[in-house]
Amino acid sequence: MGVVKLRKNFHQAKWDEPIIFELSTPGERGILVPRVEREIEKLAGNALLDLPPHMKRKAPPSLPEVAQVRVLRHYMRLSQQTLGVDVNIDIGQGTCTMKYNPKINDILAKSPKVTELHPLQPEETVQGALEIIYNLDLMLRELSGFSRFVFQPGGGSHALYTMASIIYKYHQVNGNQEKDEIITTLLSHPSDAATAKLKGFKVIDIPPDPETGLPDFEAFKETVSERTAGMIICNPEDTEIFNPHVREMTEIVHEVGGLCAYDQANANGLLGIVRSIDLGFDMGFYNLHKTFSSPHGCGGPGLGAVGVVKSLESFLPVPVVDHDAEKDFYYLNYNLRNSIGKVREFYGVFPVVLRAYAWIRSLGEGGLKEVSRVAVLNNNYMVKRILKEVRGTEISFPKTPWRVSQTRYSFQKLREETGITVEDVVRRITDFGFHLWTSHHPWIVPEPFTIEPTESYSKDDLDEYIEALRTISREAYENPEVIKNAPHRSVIHKIEDMSFFEDPEKWAPTWRVYLRKHKSKGRYEK
Amino acid sequence: MGGRVGLKGTDGWDTVKRAVALGAKPWAQERAKRMLQKLLPLRNNIEILTYAGEMGEIAAKDYGFRTRVVGTPASAKTSPQDTKTAAIRMLRNGCSLIIFVGGDGTARDIYDAVALEIPSIGIPAGVKMYSAVFASSPEKGGELALQYLEGKIIDTMEREVMDIDEEKFRRGVFAVKLYGYLRVPYQRRYVVGGKSLTSIHERINQEGIATDILENMRDNIHYIIGPGTTTKMILKKMGCRYSLLGVDIVHKGDVVGMDLNEKKILEIIRGKKAKIIVSPIGGQGYLLGRGNQQISPNVIREVDGKNGIIIVATQQKIINLRGKPFLVDTDDRDLDIKLSGWYRVITGYRERWMYRVEPG
Repeated sequence: MGVVKLRKNFHQAKWDEPIIFELSTPGERGILVPRVEREIEKLAGNALLDLPPHMKRKAPPSLPEVAQVRVLRHYMRLSQQTLGVDVNIDIGQGTCTMKYNPKINDILAKSPKVTELHPLQPEETVQGALEIIYNLDLMLRELSGFSRFVFQPGGGSHALYTMASIIYKYHQVNGNQEKDEIITTLLSHPSDAATAKLKGFKVIDIPPDPETGLPDFEAFKETVSERTAGMIICNPEDTEIFNPHVREMTEIVHEVGGLCAYDQANANGLLGIVRSIDLGFDMGFYNLHKTFSSPHGCGGPGLGAVGVVKSLESFLPVPVVDHDAEKDFYYLNYNLRNSIGKVREFYGVFPVVLRAYAWIRSLGEGGLKEVSRVAVLNNNYMVKRILKEVRGTEISFPKTPWRVSQTRYSFQKLREETGITVEDVVRRITDFGFHLWTSHHPWIVPEPFTIEPTESYSKDDLDEYIEALRTISREAYENPEVIKNAPHRSVIHKIEDMSFFEDPEKWAPTWRVYLRKHKSKGRYEK
Repeated sequence: MGGRVGLKGTDGWDTVKRAVALGAKPWAQERAKRMLQKLLPLRNNIEILTYAGEMGEIAAKDYGFRTRVVGTPASAKTSPQDTKTAAIRMLRNGCSLIIFVGGDGTARDIYDAVALEIPSIGIPAGVKMYSAVFASSPEKGGELALQYLEGKIIDTMEREVMDIDEEKFRRGVFAVKLYGYLRVPYQRRYVVGGKSLTSIHERINQEGIATDILENMRDNIHYIIGPGTTTKMILKKMGCRYSLLGVDIVHKGDVVGMDLNEKKILEIIRGKKAKIIVSPIGGQGYLLGRGNQQISPNVIREVDGKNGIIIVATQQKIINLRGKPFLVDTDDRDLDIKLSGWYRVITGYRERWMYRVEPG
């Protein structure tokens, strides 16, 4: 066992770095492009002359003019000012599955064999890449029980949109005009509802039973009707209570001719343990980022791999990768009778596919199971210790004590006894070098926080995090001011005036808008 | 005051005298102090505008707040007029939040005086509290005020001021009326830096609901629109004139009746296809029978009961109920039971939450 040390003297780097545009010096250059050799110029001519006049800029773009070394320093400094995944124990960002992404898979993805590929290359020149895509498809089939996967969607929400589109097209093809409702649960991911709405469905949310936290089964049964086009749900939801009724729910939806789509963004505790098809789902997706060795969401490009049962294969977006066994040739198959069309160009973010493939190959079937088992163990270890040792903490829906690989807790008691809110704790925890909490939608558990330790963190890491929570809780009871005024050791201190969040007039999404709104009025001048 | 001696409220002047004569203690003082205790962290930063004596001065000075007295009650025994005058003077003197201690009667006085001009918080100290403007305890009210004054809470929500018709009530006739709205601070919770803001603004939510309703309106149906800011957003979006506190009827995109009583509603819809659009009262969740008695059992039967009722509610309003069901109290127990069960409540554009309705 290593050292469990609460970093009381932690302090985040603070470079007081200006915005890159402010560093601009007219004429300064990062790269001086050499003049074109005369012979080449003679052969190629002036490429710009071929551009239609209306496509030419009237003035050069107003980009910052900064030397290479300054650019490097600038972004290095900014990176040091963040609590990124490689410098902190990132388990506080529950629901995001912030786990370690082995660097070896990054090395593979950065190989010129990958980076120099072009998606428009002829099939015979990318046989290796297509083989990897095809083989990953086979592995995910094994894991889920589905018949075919597609890798076009660029993330979880995009995958959900793809599934909503399949449901829509399926009913269109079958002439089920009356089916215009999608059922989801209130604690499923917000995109489950949002993407279905985007597709034109009316979405019915099933609330959780206030006692058990499980989707109210009675309400669910009441909801299903001839109008039910399908169901899109998480299981477990972000409270991470596994729903024992899920098989029954999919059966009920099937009885009225609806389709069942599985949001498997919370699959990290279920790999090799639960097969989607055994729960009665017709389709589902895995986030290859976060669960399968690519950094999550904004940390890098994502990919939501959508799988379907045999009867829905013809509805998948095109192309899918197929294999001609006779010729031993991998090819792009555009010939799907009911295809919803494309949801993105080409066939998926290949580096993400490659990382997932390499990660699964390195672990094997037994390894995947172990990932989930350790993730569940880590979570339940934290549940036991936090509830026992962190004063003022409760678990959401205590009547259902079991959790899979993350847990939504409540600081309601802490708030009642000390006046410290969960937002106060969020700011304080950064003082110990931990990333803050993020997602708790919808806010129905009072003073919520969600912790997802995944399989990546050691017992020492978990203990360090618990120690931080214990310390903050003790401070709340003994010296609440230190929390109320936190953070003390971050790049930015407490922001008192939150009104800018509410006032679009103050927002500056681009540098140009910033100049127009603020600089010209002398506001925010240094 | 009033409840502890078994009266049904103390809004009429005679009743106050009786209450005092019967030995009721003005416990509002104590509750004001419990609320003020929560404001102590701001003692050096705020000035409390108050009325003389028991109307706030004593309590505020007891805790050492900087206090400015803006007036004195007309006589030793304070009256509703004193509350109204006090509130108006506070408003004129530039106060940023009115905190009042009392029940529905006091809430009405504050509404009459300042309406939506500045935010207010009710500290519960009355017998009747049908209004949705009260905190659940003096301490919670104090905390809310503290967070609002500190700028931690910046949103306000229009919440219902309701009251019983006291004269009818003393004759044994029960009727709760919607008098208007006060702006009450509320905490829209979100986490900075997360995937997204986790809740949406009340008004934007109402607009989404209205858009959904408008998208699904049919020309062969008369829509009976109950009182409330959520329901009336529909008419606002249609560009129609409407009564905020009354019941209006819409047909083919026009308001065909405004601020209608039961009789007029029945006259318009008899023999026609009609639906009721209602929204629950904040805090308590009453859907029918409170503030919208015009939508009577006869009207409800005329629209085919449960099948003819469309419920709309903002998500914040539902979350605030913390799982408590919506309630119906139509004065007809059998009908209330028939109306109970699960409803698809419209909570946004193309979004419904399943929610339970039970007899009140």
